[in-house]
Amino acid sequence: MSDLESFRRETREWLEANAPKGVIGVPSAELEGNWGGKKATYPNPDMKVWLDVMAEKGWTAPTWPKEYGGGGLDNAHAKVLAEEMKALRLPPPLVGFGLTMIGPTLLRFGNEEQKKEHLPKICRGEIRWCQGYSEPGSGSDLASLQTKAVRDGDHFIINGTKVWTSYADQADWIFALVRTDPNAPKKQEGITFILIDMDDPGVTVSPILLISGKSPFCETHFKDVRVPVKNVVHEIGAGWTVAKALLGHERTMIADAFGASGLKPRKDSKRSFLSDLAIDYLGEDADGRIADPVIRDEVAAIEMDSRAFGLTVQRARDAARAGHQPGSESSMFKVYGTELNMKRYELMVRILGPQALGWEGPGFSESELDTTREWLRSRGNSIEGGTSEIQLNIIAKHVLGLPV
Amino acid sequence: MELVLNEDQELIAKTALDFVEENSPVSRFRALRDANDPLGYSPELFKEMAELGWTGIPFDEKVGGAGMGLAEFVLVVEALGRKLAPEPFLGNVTMAGSALALAGESALRDAWLPAIIDASKVVSLAHQEPRSRYDVFAIETRAESGDGGFRLSGEKIQALDAVGADAVIVPARTSGDPGDRDGITLFLLEKDAAGLSIERQVRVDHRNAGLIRLKDVPCAASAVLGAVGEGGRILEAVLDRAIVVLAAEMLGGMSEAFELTLEYLKTRDQFGVKIGSFQALAHRAAKVYMEIELARSTVMAASRALDSGDPQAARLVSLAKARCSDAYVLATNEGVQMFGGVGMTDEYDIGFYMKRARASELTFGDAAYHRARWAMLGHY
Repeated sequence: MSDLESFRRETREWLEANAPKGVIGVPSAELEGNWGGKKATYPNPDMKVWLDVMAEKGWTAPTWPKEYGGGGLDNAHAKVLAEEMKALRLPPPLVGFGLTMIGPTLLRFGNEEQKKEHLPKICRGEIRWCQGYSEPGSGSDLASLQTKAVRDGDHFIINGTKVWTSYADQADWIFALVRTDPNAPKKQEGITFILIDMDDPGVTVSPILLISGKSPFCETHFKDVRVPVKNVVHEIGAGWTVAKALLGHERTMIADAFGASGLKPRKDSKRSFLSDLAIDYLGEDADGRIADPVIRDEVAAIEMDSRAFGLTVQRARDAARAGHQPGSESSMFKVYGTELNMKRYELMVRILGPQALGWEGPGFSESELDTTREWLRSRGNSIEGGTSEIQLNIIAKHVLGLPV
Repeated sequence: MELVLNEDQELIAKTALDFVEENSPVSRFRALRDANDPLGYSPELFKEMAELGWTGIPFDEKVGGAGMGLAEFVLVVEALGRKLAPEPFLGNVTMAGSALALAGESALRDAWLPAIIDASKVVSLAHQEPRSRYDVFAIETRAESGDGGFRLSGEKIQALDAVGADAVIVPARTSGDPGDRDGITLFLLEKDAAGLSIERQVRVDHRNAGLIRLKDVPCAASAVLGAVGEGGRILEAVLDRAIVVLAAEMLGGMSEAFELTLEYLKTRDQFGVKIGSFQALAHRAAKVYMEIELARSTVMAASRALDSGDPQAARLVSLAKARCSDAYVLATNEGVQMFGGVGMTDEYDIGFYMKRARASELTFGDAAYHRARWAMLGHY
C-alpha cells in the first residue's frame, strides 16, 4: 500500500513537471490529433510534446512491458496513473486501434520479431493502424470473407476489398483477415490474420459517405499486393482465433466509448447534462423540475440505465482485478452500451424538438446541428463491431448455453 | 467502493445458498400456502436461521448483532429469495430491527432488538395506510396526547410479518398533516394492547401481511421510539434499508426464475428441436440475462453505499429498486410465456415467482415511483 502511495506522489510530481500547459483541460472533442501516425495533426504543438514525453516514459501504454515501449505497470499502478491524470485534467496523450486492438493482440499472439517491430512504434504514436475485417459480401457472417491471399515464395499476393475500415484514409498499416485456404473443411479454418503496410503498391482507399454526412469509414481495395509471410500473426489458417480475441477488445472499446461515459454535466450545475438540456428546451415547473413529466421520466430512465450499466462495467473490472476469470461480458457490454447510446440520442433529438431538424445553415445552433449528426451516426452503433443480434446470439450460445 | 465479493462474503453467500437449498425448497412454500398456514412461515426454521447468525448480520455487536453490514445481509436474503423462503426477514428483522437500531439508545431497543435477533420475538413495522400509496410521510393515523401518554387511532395495511407478531411499530401523526416529514412519531405496541387488532390479509404472493386497526389504543410515553415528532427521519432511513433488502430478495427470485426458464428452453422439444434454439426466444432470454446482471450490480452498490454512509446512497437505493422491479417482472413474464401453457398452471413454480415479482414491484414504490425519486434527488 505504501508503495502505491509513494507511486502516487511521484507520479503527480512527474506529471506536474512534464505536462505542457497547453494540454491541460483540452476537451476530448478536440483530440482528433492524438491518434498518432504519419499523417497526424495536433490541435496545438503542446499535444505533440505531451505525446513525446509520455511515450518516453512508457505511459502511452502503461501496462505493456517496458521492452516494447510500455510502462511495465500492473493494473493497480496504472489505475493510480489514470486517477492522477484525471485529477490534473490531462488528456490521454495517444488513443487509437494500435493501443486498444492490435497492440494487445500482438502481445498475446505475435512472435518476438513482430512485437519488437510494431509495439514501440505504436507506443510512440508513429504508426496509426486500421482494421480490415468486413467485406461487401461478409457483414454479420464475417467468416464467409473472400479476400484472397495466394502464396508466392516468401510472400502472399492479396486481392480483394475490405469495407468499413475505420479511418483507413488516415492509417499507415492495416491488420486484416484474408482467406489463405479456400478448400478448408470449415470456413473459419482457411482464414489468416496478416499485417499490411498501406504504402505497399496496390492498396487504395476510398471514403464512404454516411447518412450523417460524415465519412469515418472507408473501402480499402487490394490489387496484387505483395505481403511478406512473416507478417502473419499466429499461424497460417489460425486467423479466426486471433480475430475472435480481437473482437472482444473492440467490443469492450465500443462499450467504453458509448455506454457509461455519457455526457458530462455543465460546470457549476447541480443537475445532469440531459436534465439541463431538457429544462433549456422544455422549461421548468414551479418546483424547478423539467416541465414535461413524460420527458422527465425518460431522462431519469436513461440516466438510471447508464448508472446501472456503469456499475456493471465496474463490477466486471473489479472482479478481474480480484483475479476472477473474465466471462463473455464484452458481448453484453457491446449490445447494452450501444443500445443505450442510441436511446440517449433519440431522447436528445426529441428534447430539441424542431430544432433537431437542421442539416446546416442559419436557424440552428452548432450544438443542435452536432446533436442531429450524432443521432444519425449513433444508428450505426448497433451494427458495427458485430450487430446487436449477433451479440445476443453470442450471449445465448456461450453464456446461457442455449442451442442457438 | 469495490463491486466484488471478498472471501468472507463469498462464504456467507455459499453457506446461505446451501442451507436454503437443503432446508427450504419451493415445495415448502407451496405446502404452507396449501395448508393456508396463518403465519405463512416456519418459526422453527426461522430460529435455526437465527442460530446461524443471519438475523444479526446487519446490527452492531453491542445490541447482540454480528457487526457486519447490508453488503453481507443482502447475500443471505438473496438466497432466501431464490426459494421464496417466507421467514420474517423483511418486516421483522429489517424494518422493525432497523427502526429499533436507528432510534438510538433506549429501553425499548434493549428489550426488543436482541429478541428480534435471537428470534424469540417477532415485530412488524406498519408504515403503509389505505391512502398513503408509496409516500411514507402520508400518515393519517393520529396519536393524541393526554394523561401522560397517547391514544392512537387509524388503519394500517399490508404490514409485513404482522400476523402472529409479538409487537408492531406504528408510525402515527402527533402533529402536522399527511405528507409532512415532521410530526410523525413511532410507537411500539404490544399485540394485546386494548383497541389493537391485527387481521391476516391474504395476498396474491401469500406473504405474511396484516391489516391493523387502531381504535383509541392507549399507549404510555415509554412506548415512543426515538423522539416525539421525529419519527419521519427514522422511517426514511428504515425504508432505504428495507428497499435494498427487498431488492436483494427480488434478485434471488429473478435469478431462480430465469434459471428455471433456461432449463425449460434447453429441454422442451417442439417441431423436433429444443425451443431454446429459436432466436425469437434465445434473444429475449439474452435480454433477461443482461437485465439481471445490471440488477445485481445495483444491489451491490446500494447496499455498500448505505453501509458507508455515501451521500449518493438514496439515489442508488432508488436505482436498485427500479431495476429490480423491472427485471423481476420481465424475467417472470417472459418465464411464464416461455413455459407456455404449463406456465399458467398452479403445478409449476414459475407462477409463484411471477406473483412474487408483481407483489415486490408494488411494495415500497414501483419503478416509475423510483425514477421520479431519482429525478427529484437530482434536482430535476
